[in-house]
Amino acid sequence: MPRYFTDEHEWIDVDGDVATVGITDYAQGQLGDIVFVELPAVGTAIEAGKDAAVVESVKAASDVYAPITGEVTEVNPALEEDPALVNSAPESDGWFFRMTMADSSQLEGLMDDAAYKDFVASL
Amino acid sequence: MNAPNQSGWKPAMIVSEDGMHSGPQTTTGNRALMLEEPLLFEIGRAEVTGVDLPPVDVNAPTRLAGLARSEPLGLVGLTEPETVRHYTRLSRQNYGIDLGFFPLGSCTMKHNPRLNEKIARLPGFADVHPLSPQNAVQGALEVISELGGWLCTLTGMPAVAMSPKAGAHGELCGILAIRAAHEARGDAREVVLVPESAHGTNPATAAFANYRVEDIPATPEGRVDVEALKARLGPDVAAVMITNPNTCGLFEKDFREIADAVHEAGGYVYCDGANFNAIVGKVRPGDLGVDAMHINLHKTFSTPHGGGGPGSGPVVLSEALAPFAPLPFVRKDDAGTFYLVEEENREERGPSFGRMTAFHGQMGMFTRALTYMLSHGADGLKQVAEDAVLNANYILRSMEDILHAPFAGSGPCMHEALFGDKDFTGGLSTLDVAKGLIDEGYHPMTVYFPLVVHGAMLVEPTETESKAAIDQFITAFRAVVERALAGDEGLKQAPYYAPRRRLDETAAARKPKLAFEG
Repeated sequence: MPRYFTDEHEWIDVDGDVATVGITDYAQGQLGDIVFVELPAVGTAIEAGKDAAVVESVKAASDVYAPITGEVTEVNPALEEDPALVNSAPESDGWFFRMTMADSSQLEGLMDDAAYKDFVASL
Repeated sequence: MNAPNQSGWKPAMIVSEDGMHSGPQTTTGNRALMLEEPLLFEIGRAEVTGVDLPPVDVNAPTRLAGLARSEPLGLVGLTEPETVRHYTRLSRQNYGIDLGFFPLGSCTMKHNPRLNEKIARLPGFADVHPLSPQNAVQGALEVISELGGWLCTLTGMPAVAMSPKAGAHGELCGILAIRAAHEARGDAREVVLVPESAHGTNPATAAFANYRVEDIPATPEGRVDVEALKARLGPDVAAVMITNPNTCGLFEKDFREIADAVHEAGGYVYCDGANFNAIVGKVRPGDLGVDAMHINLHKTFSTPHGGGGPGSGPVVLSEALAPFAPLPFVRKDDAGTFYLVEEENREERGPSFGRMTAFHGQMGMFTRALTYMLSHGADGLKQVAEDAVLNANYILRSMEDILHAPFAGSGPCMHEALFGDKDFTGGLSTLDVAKGLIDEGYHPMTVYFPLVVHGAMLVEPTETESKAAIDQFITAFRAVVERALAGDEGLKQAPYYAPRRRLDETAAARKPKLAFEG
């Protein structure tokens, strides 16, 4: 299952028509302890590059942007009770939401694992 | 530079091997005459009271129709000395501007002159009631009018709404006036643009007023990206909200150009005036094309805040927005009598968008702010801005050799100096520096804001501090920063000497305990 990354530190897994979105390990490290995650409602149409969720740490509240355009089909119910999952398992159990993919060509503008590693190293 | 402790006196402190305790544990938990304080619920008993009320001797029927409480409230009783001591003990653990330097960036924690307090306590001001007959409170109405006149003069704006009770309340007032002005000509604009260098309350205000908020990026120099902003302007943009000077501590030098472009596109310009202290007496926002700007009397004009008093956020308005100002407002008739324009004055109220507060604003702050203005005079207010900016630049230039100062190359800063934690080692961060400063006896600066700087530290000294006081702060700040640069593990445990050690902010946010469980 291919994984892509944005320069705003979201990751996106693509499995057929469904994409799973979360924030990267680097992002959670920068944010510090996550205390609250606000997820979009199922059915929300979200647009690539626009706000999709909000993540709040002890330091600040930050927007999470939609990596691609589509519709939210599922949100991670575990994050409401246990936002710390974003710190402990950001790139697995700490996923944020699943969405449909309106235009798979949008993935071409994203980074693969190696490119994202280089990007983080450059920061 | 003055040494922070010129006599060289040191307390006789016993530090245990782990550096955690400053002496043997006491039986009571008190440290000398610094007293630990339990919660009111822990010291009170149901059987005592500080008030001697007569027994109820009427047997009137209740009109609550079965809704009357049948269980006791569960409030504890306290004697008067217990109550007085509880709050006095807590006040000794508090920190405020009357105790020392308070460099909280973007908050303008300046000295609250005692003359302000004296004037505000005059019975004619302190004892007025908002429903008093207007002919009995002409002096109070004149204070509101006179203060409004000073605010218009200082900002170069034609009108002012005095009733908003805080900075963000003033923002809402300005944005509601902008909404009313657009709607009055049938223009349904939906978007408010907010640059990254603006105050965090700005997007919140726009969203609260039912606008969609869009960000405008900052340039690497820390100012609004003018080209990006111009590119986004269009028939859907109702307003732009710009903080000037901005939260990077910089003056938005392209403000006039931005304002002209916004006006040309049919929008209005809201200026967040929270940082007006840096430019009061030097720059008139009206000359920059501002349509609405709130002024925090509790910052620039020295009225208390931060737990010490209520805010007050009058809003100056341009000719275009003035007709939509909220009720009530003070006017003077031809005979020189002051009167209030309220809902029933149908002709004079015009297209006002309505009312933001029950009455006329924070009267107690109006008397203090006007006292501050009159005691400083126009020349004194100008010097306030000059000294505040000089102090901030002194701190910026005294720290930039060891502390990352991302915008130090953008020219002089205004009221505040902005630093980042880029060069810290050993996993140390801005939070550790903030806690280390508490041990050194300083309230920390604003941290982790603005978001455009990694590990931001925003220091605003105001004009209050003397050079000696600022030198002492710089000595302490440099010492703590040196520890962070060197990766000093001990700093991660700070504060050592505060009444409580480092609190678990994560647990407090994730699992807050909001009620006392006895």
